[in-house]
Amino acid sequence: MSWINARRRRPVAGYAALLLGLVVVGLLYGAFTHTGSSAQASSPASSQQDIVAGKNLFEATCSSCHGLDAQGTSQAPSLIGAGAAAVDFQMSTGRMPAKEVGAQEDRKPTLFTAQEIYEIADYVASLGGGPAIPDAQQVSTAGANTGLGEQLFSANCAQCHGFAGAGGALTYGKYAPALTAATPTQIYEAMLTGPEAMPVFSNGAVSPAAKRDIIAYIVDTRVETNPGGFSLGRTGPITEGLVIWLGGIGFLVLIALWITAKRRDPRPTGTE
Amino acid sequence: MSENFEVPKPLSGTGGWLDDRFHGARGGRVLMRKVFPDHWSFMLGEIALWSFVILLLTGTFLSLFFVPSMNDVVYHGSYIKLDGVKMSEAYQSTLNISFDVRGGLLMRQIHHWAADLFMAALIAHMLRVFFTGAYRKPREINWLIGIGLFTLGLLEGLFGYSLPDDQLSGAGLRIFEGVLQGIPIVGTYLGFFLFGGPFPGSIIIPRLYILHVLLIPGLLLGLITAHLFIMFHQKHTQMPAKGNTEKNVVGQPFFPYFLAKGGAWFFFIFAGLVLLATFAEINPIWLYGSYTPVAISSASQPDFYMGLLEGSLRIMPSWEINFLGHTLTMSVLIPFALPLTIVLGGAALWPFFEQWATGDKSFHNVNDRPRNAPIRTATGLAAITFYGVMWAEGANDVIADKLSIPLYTITWIARVLVFVGPAIAFVVTRRICIGLQRKDRQMLLHGYESGIIRQLPNGEFVEVHKPLNEEARAVLEAKTVPALMPGPDSEDDNGVPPPQSHGVLGRAKAIANRAFAETVVTETNGHGNGHGNGHGNGHAVEAGNGHAVEAGQEEAAVGSAPSAPVGELPAADGSEDSPGS
Amino acid sequence: MSDMDETEGAEGAEGPVAPRRVIGTPPPAPRLLGSGDGPGAMAGSAGEASDVAHSGEHFKGKLPTEDPDPARSKRIEKMVAACFILAFIAGCGFIAAYVGLQVGSDRLGPGDNVVDAALRSNLALGTSLSVALLALGAGATLWVRQLMPNVEVVEERHELRSEAVDRQAFQEYFKEGAANSQFVKRPLVRRTLMLGTLPLLAAPLVLLRDMGPLPGTSLRHTVWSPGRRLLVYGTNTPITPAEFNEPGSMITIVPDGYQDDADALTKAAVILIRFEPGQLQIPTRYQGSTLVGTMNWTVDNIVAYSKICTHLGCPVALYEQTTHHILCPCHQSTFDAPDGANVIFGPAARPLPQLPITTDAQGYLVAKSDFTQPVGPSFWERG
Repeated sequence: MSWINARRRRPVAGYAALLLGLVVVGLLYGAFTHTGSSAQASSPASSQQDIVAGKNLFEATCSSCHGLDAQGTSQAPSLIGAGAAAVDFQMSTGRMPAKEVGAQEDRKPTLFTAQEIYEIADYVASLGGGPAIPDAQQVSTAGANTGLGEQLFSANCAQCHGFAGAGGALTYGKYAPALTAATPTQIYEAMLTGPEAMPVFSNGAVSPAAKRDIIAYIVDTRVETNPGGFSLGRTGPITEGLVIWLGGIGFLVLIALWITAKRRDPRPTGTE
Repeated sequence: MSENFEVPKPLSGTGGWLDDRFHGARGGRVLMRKVFPDHWSFMLGEIALWSFVILLLTGTFLSLFFVPSMNDVVYHGSYIKLDGVKMSEAYQSTLNISFDVRGGLLMRQIHHWAADLFMAALIAHMLRVFFTGAYRKPREINWLIGIGLFTLGLLEGLFGYSLPDDQLSGAGLRIFEGVLQGIPIVGTYLGFFLFGGPFPGSIIIPRLYILHVLLIPGLLLGLITAHLFIMFHQKHTQMPAKGNTEKNVVGQPFFPYFLAKGGAWFFFIFAGLVLLATFAEINPIWLYGSYTPVAISSASQPDFYMGLLEGSLRIMPSWEINFLGHTLTMSVLIPFALPLTIVLGGAALWPFFEQWATGDKSFHNVNDRPRNAPIRTATGLAAITFYGVMWAEGANDVIADKLSIPLYTITWIARVLVFVGPAIAFVVTRRICIGLQRKDRQMLLHGYESGIIRQLPNGEFVEVHKPLNEEARAVLEAKTVPALMPGPDSEDDNGVPPPQSHGVLGRAKAIANRAFAETVVTETNGHGNGHGNGHGNGHAVEAGNGHAVEAGQEEAAVGSAPSAPVGELPAADGSEDSPGS
Repeated sequence: MSDMDETEGAEGAEGPVAPRRVIGTPPPAPRLLGSGDGPGAMAGSAGEASDVAHSGEHFKGKLPTEDPDPARSKRIEKMVAACFILAFIAGCGFIAAYVGLQVGSDRLGPGDNVVDAALRSNLALGTSLSVALLALGAGATLWVRQLMPNVEVVEERHELRSEAVDRQAFQEYFKEGAANSQFVKRPLVRRTLMLGTLPLLAAPLVLLRDMGPLPGTSLRHTVWSPGRRLLVYGTNTPITPAEFNEPGSMITIVPDGYQDDADALTKAAVILIRFEPGQLQIPTRYQGSTLVGTMNWTVDNIVAYSKICTHLGCPVALYEQTTHHILCPCHQSTFDAPDGANVIFGPAARPLPQLPITTDAQGYLVAKSDFTQPVGPSFWERG
């Protein structure tokens, strides 16, 4: 302590104290914030217990907007026939339960464990059927044809989500999110159920095998290194133009100022 | 640093051999001592020049590997994510350059960054020339050549980034073909002739290739040579400074100074481009995918220098005229033709418009400070605002996504701003210029604030002003004011208004002339030692430029600074006066 | 010239002195032109002006050669040398990086990632090259700015306008030559010359005729024809209404037999959308006497629109399930899908053409006929 005491009036002491404070707050925040689980194991088989547990959870959390029988209210659509896949997608990405009504729901940390989500999903599925949660084999990218995935992605997905899945704007404040955070299961479920503004890509139009190819393409693309340097957002020439003006012309103007700066000669030795 | 060294025999021998045949010494003698003025903004054009050289070098490398063919192949190369995909040979060879040729990706990126830098430097250089008035006589032709270079550069860049036949540039070509198709009477023929049939055909890439590597670079090279030669022959302009006159050039000699600086500049430009090519990815065609007319991506924009066209296409509301079995698609034709005509046509005509409006037919070798030409500067800012609004609108979906602004809102804002923005920019800039002129006048009359506070006997505190040194004075006093030409309401002895002021054109000329001639009067009688209470003849004459001061110039001050009748200073100045040093 | 900006207490007794604050430029280096500095010197040498220009010597005198601070110059020299040596090392590094780092799947090991290898090579080559160039540039700049003596020279601008005697002579020779050639005197020669060269001037334009075929009526039709199957793009499989039964579904469609034909697909790409029962309200529309939109062309709440934007031909692909709007990403033309793809925002002037569809004997979706109006961007002859 005397070591700190002796140096407490040094100029660097203030910075050190600030840094220490930030670290402590950060650690505390991280320790006490519950982020919930976003990992997706394959869904366990549903049982009557799950459906009952799910019903209880549903009535506690979802029914206020979706109605006690999931029949929908003025605030939220009916979930009859929505299927387990839709519930799993919306809840595992944290979009549901919705916090505020905006142009669309954003991905946010989920408040439920995977098990709880499955239970709610089982309950909703029991009400009216609908698409099921895909199993691990259905979303595995092993052996997938990324070439075909690229073709399907660019024809049906890139116009909203961007050529590399960096996201894009829709109308009236809606947007297609970036595909960096979605798990393969979530991508499958999104295609299958068409959340919010996204169209539905049913298995009749885009077969499960084709979906695997698309998922493989998305996953390969987002983990792929950028060999040319920083990716500048993978949004194309807009950011490139910004960089050339700020980085290119800006840097060169500074150099030009250096090269052409008038010289201040040292004091003349009296011949003035 | 002594001259007591012998020129090596090989050098002097070769030099002699050449001189025997080409009398190089006569020209070389002039060249070596030729003086080049030294200002950082004069180096902007050189950025474009050296970028062009780098484009030629890297482009040659790329042309050794690129295959300009639209024949379909199935890809089985290094980039396994696209294995089995059908693509054109052009796209495949670009993937090959990126992933299978050492240095290929680097060269591709340097080439593309250099193209962007070329266009950006051209714009910066054009703006510098515009705002300093360096396009005035005798440099009008060079200005026009410059605009020609910019237009050719636009096309060259467009064709260049379309060569790899990727999804993004293919969409751009589709839009290009759609625009061609919409041109009245000849549109469909133009489209079919250029593409060798319906879009996309199988010949457009080879045709664009030859345009991009041979025809347009040839034209560019010729125009650049002419541009440089004219600048060389007429000598560069120079910034106003002490001792800089209309009849001299002050700077450093070509050999060795300018040569060394030019060489250093080339290295820095090349270094900057290589840095960008190393750390900033550009045009990642493997992510875009091979072109198919069935697919499109969000955030599909051309390179930034096409932003004016892209924005104008997005800003336009829908409008089509159908008559007698024909369609005039104004949604396409107006955005295609109007903004480019306004900007490039306006720029091309500006030197002649200014000459017409100011009646100024004298030579100008000393640049203007932008504040001393308020109308020109304000017009330039208005043009920049117009260009900028279109540019931003061209990026509207990226802005909507990144800044969470609704998509249509951005377009509506742009639709309003494209008219309102330039008007506001014009008015505000003009006022700022006049304000800066006033500030210059204050500095000339009262000197600068020295930071020394002195208490007067009566208790008042004043800040001591020190007079400017000669160099600073020379800069502030360097001001050419266009003469006020006789307008329609002035009459000669017989009561006849001057012939040039007849008619609508004459009245327009008078209005323009009044606007151009407006200026803030600067004190030039050398009474600038900290006091100066309003004497002065109201003439604003550039120090030593031999500019004939016309009698009518007395009126020039009348139109300016409404609160200051000729020769008097506003009362507010008095309190800051100090009895000098 | 005073260079007293470093001195303290400069105000007061000495009268006007150079300011301490930097407003103007630093005192310029000694000027070289025969006598002294400034424009006054010009007047004296005006008579020599043309001599100067013609003799080619633009400033008299010599560039300074003495070194006021040899110790400092030696230091600078070392810095410049260090820069150049760094450039040498970096340049060698570039060559080493080229030789040492491989790219491409045929030259890499089995476990190596091609993209990672490309990144490594790019980083190594690029860093070494930029360091080399930066060092050369920095060294050259230091050299010229700090090693070479500070100098500012003046030269005269020669008149650009020719001497009057030259202009006179030019005019005379021109008139003389023109008269001699009798170009003016013999209108028959003159006119037939112009006539003779006219076709040759037109020849280059004429030669371009075979660059492409005439458009004819090809822009009015696509490859869609009665009974042609709708295939899902990518998998190239036909589709039945039962397979496409989820409301809110959208998929990209290409015509059977033309899956790989880019020329055909440029106009024949189709977007297929399924609605909830009752949502589709396509009005029956005519263009002139041609039927261009009707509910009869839908099957089971499934509608097929051209995917080619009527503005400039980009694929119109953003389908928003909630608003039922089809948005084109290129210039934001927006079409209302349940209402016959009518334009509701953006520059497009015409709705997306509707493809008449029905089912064939096997139940697959097929076209009833071609589009009944031209697809894609407008053109003069469209009507």
